Amino acid sequence: MKTSIQFRLNDEEVATFADSGSNLLDVLREGIGDLSVKGGCWQGTCGTCTVLVDGMPRLSCVTLAESCEGKSIETVAGLRQGAKLHPLQTAFMERFAAQCGYCTPGMLMAAKALLDREPNPTRENVVDAICGNICRCTGYEPIIAAVLDAARAAPRRS
Amino acid sequence: MLEMRKDIFADERADNLKEVGQPTQRQDMLGHVTGTSAYYDDHRFANLLHLKILRSPHAHARIRSIDDAAASRAPGVKRIIRAADVPVNLNTLLSLIQFGKDDEPSLATDVVRYKGEPILGVVATSERAAREALELVRISYDPLPAVFDVEEALKPGAVSVNPVYPKNTFEYHGKYDHQKLRFGAVEQAFAQADFVSEERYQMSPIEHAPTETNGSIAVPDTNGRFTVYTSTQALFFSLDTSAKINAMPSNQLHFIGGTVGGGFGGKVDTLTEPLAILAARLTGAPVRYRLSRHEEMQFGSPRGAERIYVKDGVMRDGRIVARQVRAYFDAGAYTRLSSYAVVKCVAHIPGPYTIPNVHADVFCVFTNRTPATAMRGFGVTALDFALECQMDKDAVAIGMDPLEFRLLNAYRDGDMKAHRREAKNCALIECAQVAAEKANWPLRDEFRKMSSKKDGGAERAGVADRTRMSTPAAPVRTGTSAPQRVTYERPAGSTSPPPIQSTPPATPPAGSTHGVRRFSSVFGTRRR
Ligand code: FES
Ligand code: FES
Repeated sequence: MKTSIQFRLNDEEVATFADSGSNLLDVLREGIGDLSVKGGCWQGTCGTCTVLVDGMPRLSCVTLAESCEGKSIETVAGLRQGAKLHPLQTAFMERFAAQCGYCTPGMLMAAKALLDREPNPTRENVVDAICGNICRCTGYEPIIAAVLDAARAAPRRS
Repeated sequence: MLEMRKDIFADERADNLKEVGQPTQRQDMLGHVTGTSAYYDDHRFANLLHLKILRSPHAHARIRSIDDAAASRAPGVKRIIRAADVPVNLNTLLSLIQFGKDDEPSLATDVVRYKGEPILGVVATSERAAREALELVRISYDPLPAVFDVEEALKPGAVSVNPVYPKNTFEYHGKYDHQKLRFGAVEQAFAQADFVSEERYQMSPIEHAPTETNGSIAVPDTNGRFTVYTSTQALFFSLDTSAKINAMPSNQLHFIGGTVGGGFGGKVDTLTEPLAILAARLTGAPVRYRLSRHEEMQFGSPRGAERIYVKDGVMRDGRIVARQVRAYFDAGAYTRLSSYAVVKCVAHIPGPYTIPNVHADVFCVFTNRTPATAMRGFGVTALDFALECQMDKDAVAIGMDPLEFRLLNAYRDGDMKAHRREAKNCALIECAQVAAEKANWPLRDEFRKMSSKKDGGAERAGVADRTRMSTPAAPVRTGTSAPQRVTYERPAGSTSPPPIQSTPPATPPAGSTHGVRRFSSVFGTRRR
């Protein structure tokens, strides 16, 4: 049975129909067409599919889409503001924090959730924030360095 | 930080290597950080169908019967694919370069030989419908005894894994059950060595676990052509393999790839494309065949596990005079690329060291495990692990600094390798010297002054006459007057006995070309 689902995606109202019981990953990719979200295990173990639901990092592959009704969802597709890259994106580029790039959307969202709530993170905070995200190529050091760089570069909020 | 030492070997090149050591941005980086890089699964097609595969739950079993009647009537199911539907069901990857016999079915016919082996495919309107239909397939098996250990598999009376290679060994050049390397006379050298060490090394299979699993989408085009979006690491290799299995000319296939979510060798096996194309052909619709994470782990080939025995003969002055290697590559149930791993392994023995007596036997062995494949230096990496562990143990045993021990034995330009090729452009000494300097590892003066360009060749370029290979008259050179450039001074306070009595060096063989021309490459052709 199809059910209608409506939520905010990167500050836009979106709606689609999906099979009841669908996960958020499938609804984002197949229903809405946001292909920036990637799946790597479809069982909640790799972190690749991380998106933000009301600012909290969530594994979209094991999040019931219907539970997101009316909520605000952020994916990497909405990270840059127009032509301007988010400081995390710039830092990932400069620090060579991606190789194949497949884990990167999830990494960026996990890191964004951290910086949104903790603008001055310690290294431990960063490790903690990305510890559920597997990267098989890059090694985690460039990624940690990039997140710390981005925190330093971001305009300070009071 | 990366540093280019242009001063080393500066006279050997004309270019200025200005890019080396300088960061250069990846051309795909902007796509990666904005989520716009298009991997194979980021292409959308109307009416996409999904292929799911039924896999063997047994490591070895005979298939008695398959009942797919209920599955074929299940909701959303468009087509069941059985072995008989595959135009050329039996294949081996390296048949594209005429290496090895076709030994692996796309879909199993009468016997399954590893857990996870594909048996039957269901094409359905959703992945879920395909999965649910698979649950309805009834297969009855007669489980067979299985073999999981490389040495067990070689024992007389062992379970035969793969009927194409009934003795459980890959066949080289149509007749040899393993690869050999023979240089000098190891037994004689062991007898004269001051110290002999022998160790066993066992590797584990390693799954590449790319974050993107293997997969592909085959899309029927006009004029009978198919466009294939794929995660492959080897686009043309996969194209040709798919053409062979589907018995279609390769110009009917258009492969699109290159943006790969991690591979490390685990995406060269053309695991999904042939059946995706077949399914698209049989249904006339675009078909995706994407491995689940479980399938990636169970069915996606890992790095093969190797068992390696190393025996070294070492003199008190630090020279390695003999090295014997016996190694077994666990290919799993089918060849894939393991036959080639063995060739690489043998080509790498005895490591980057000049050793006058070398003897190696390396086997590619079939067992009832998941077939193995390429992974980051396969064939060489594990061997190096074993050899370098052995080097450390040897150094400790004779009371020598492990780095100086390596420098002493390292290839110099002009030395003769065990493969009867002259060592050229050697750089181990220089690399080790720089590494020692960076790590503040103290090297004594004579070791700091060593060079790959000095002291090579001469008797170190000696090679056993091939016609006399089997006679014990080949050079052994264990005596202290043998052509070693420096001997190791024992550290003060050492309690080890003084160097042994010198034995006369064996006569170097006459002539100098010897076996070079007879060395066979992987294709069995002779090189000039
Ligand atoms: S795809 Fe969701 S955690 Fe791996
Ligand atoms: S860059 Fe490939 S998995 Fe992280």
